[in-house]
Amino acid sequence: MINLEKPEQARSDGRTANQLRPMVCSRGLLERAHGSARWQQDNTIIMAAVYGPKPVSGKKENPERATLEVLWKTKSGIAGNTEKEAEVTIRRTLEYIVLSSMHPNTGISIVFQVVNDDGAILACAMNAACAALVDAGIPLNGLIVAVSVGVSTHGVVVVDPTKVEEKNFRAHVCLVFPNRPKCAVAGLPAPVGGEPAEHGIISCVTRGAMSVDEYMTCLERGRAASVKITSLIRNSLEHCQLLQVVGVEFGAVAGSPVPGEAFFAIAVLLGP
Amino acid sequence: MSAEEAPASASVVKDVVVSSMEVEAFRRLFPLQYIERYLDAAVRPDGRPLGRARPTDVVLGQVPTTDGSALVRLGNTTMLAGVKLELSVPSTETPDQGRIAIDFQMPPICSPHVRPGRPAEDACAINEQLSNVLASSQLVDLREFSITSGKSAWMAHLDIYCLNADGSLLDAALLASTAALMDVQIPAISINDEGKVQIINFREDQDEPMVDAEKVSETKRKVVDKRRLKLGPAPVAVTCMLYKNHLLADPTAEEEAVLHTVVIVVLDSPDNLISLYKPGGSVLATTSTVMDCIAVARLRLKEVHRILEEATKREGED
Repeated sequence: MINLEKPEQARSDGRTANQLRPMVCSRGLLERAHGSARWQQDNTIIMAAVYGPKPVSGKKENPERATLEVLWKTKSGIAGNTEKEAEVTIRRTLEYIVLSSMHPNTGISIVFQVVNDDGAILACAMNAACAALVDAGIPLNGLIVAVSVGVSTHGVVVVDPTKVEEKNFRAHVCLVFPNRPKCAVAGLPAPVGGEPAEHGIISCVTRGAMSVDEYMTCLERGRAASVKITSLIRNSLEHCQLLQVVGVEFGAVAGSPVPGEAFFAIAVLLGP
Repeated sequence: MSAEEAPASASVVKDVVVSSMEVEAFRRLFPLQYIERYLDAAVRPDGRPLGRARPTDVVLGQVPTTDGSALVRLGNTTMLAGVKLELSVPSTETPDQGRIAIDFQMPPICSPHVRPGRPAEDACAINEQLSNVLASSQLVDLREFSITSGKSAWMAHLDIYCLNADGSLLDAALLASTAALMDVQIPAISINDEGKVQIINFREDQDEPMVDAEKVSETKRKVVDKRRLKLGPAPVAVTCMLYKNHLLADPTAEEEAVLHTVVIVVLDSPDNLISLYKPGGSVLATTSTVMDCIAVARLRLKEVHRILEEATKREGED
């Protein structure tokens, strides 16, 4: 549906500015990993595998909590600084949800394999990691939801940009919000400054320059889009037998008997 | 963070701490509570108000072997940046542009947490953010580095060394990079009619440029004088630490180790956001927190632009 009245708002793949690409989240695909997930957003596909809690030694061992380790494998070539930065960002984001103090002296590794990058790869990785952690039965205090938003050269804010759009656009942002209408830990954080907790930003990575107002618009669109992705993640998890467990006590499903047949595809429309 | 500063502001702590426990012991045993006591009194352990950055000092032209260099001190955080220019062939995709290669290094001298060997994770992340900021901002127009389109261009190696890592590393590294680029003097070159480019070296004991006399007579040459690099508005980074309802600008390493949640805002004009980076942390940033961070960055932007201006003026006088 190309917007004929405003040609500068038209997107190459015919989506509207607020339209996400079809998403698929499947879990438990890898036999040897303790938990795994594959997140697909049209042509962007990434796999995440979680190993642990497992013994670690040396500098990585912490007597108070489990240490997280993130490894990012590119589709081809060797990892450079971009990948290293993604690893740092993802690790620090996941530290927000992993109840690491439940497994002191251990390590949890999360390995990403990029299958294909067609934009919004960091957001996809965050969502995949979250699903893989649930699949591995790592105790979490909630879920996260990541969304990518771009600002075109005309100043139009669009959600979920493709690789080509990211390249041509002035800027794009990856935003991560908490996803916790239900919570495993007592005492939900109270609304801060009149905003519900799920509007708070856990992580934010920007590329390219934009005005402050454009950033605020991105934030608003990102929050709207995150509601849709939230429901997808929850639906996907609930299609598994994890239904009763999600949001109540993730810890109890360690070594989940479910092979993870959960497979859920949905084309998400945010409306005009 | 020096030890002698603690007694000066110890009175704040004294009221609430068991008086028998020494401040220094309390600080080591309960670092979080130590900082918390200060924050409740709206002051930082080093005596700053919450939203103020540490005293900043920029000196240009510290390394004579480079084409441009700067030494930056942000409190105790010290960065040395140098730019080396090298002749190269531009890539076919961008024939009329030069290139900048950024290398941020954290040698073991800078902090007890850095081990020799492979570059630290933090160093890689800061390097990536620096490249990202310089690519997104209008500071350097890469066409400035072009000599002849498609044939030759300057390749700038921007190296930043962290000499003392005491928090807010990106702020200091970006300031050092910007200052070093401001100090850059593109050397004089001569271009012959075949398009071959040669750098003209002036030696102190010689007034004449060091070009082979024979070659000069052989071919006609075009000489381009040395010049300064034209730069756009300088991007300025501010690291903001979030803890409970407090917002701390420009944290020290001690504060960073305890408080965790960080938001880095980079602006190059009051309304142009170059980067907003928040990697996780236990505190969520709401819209109002983001606006507060941007407000702090706007204040700092003005301050840093003034500091840079003064540094160039001082350099011009010398």
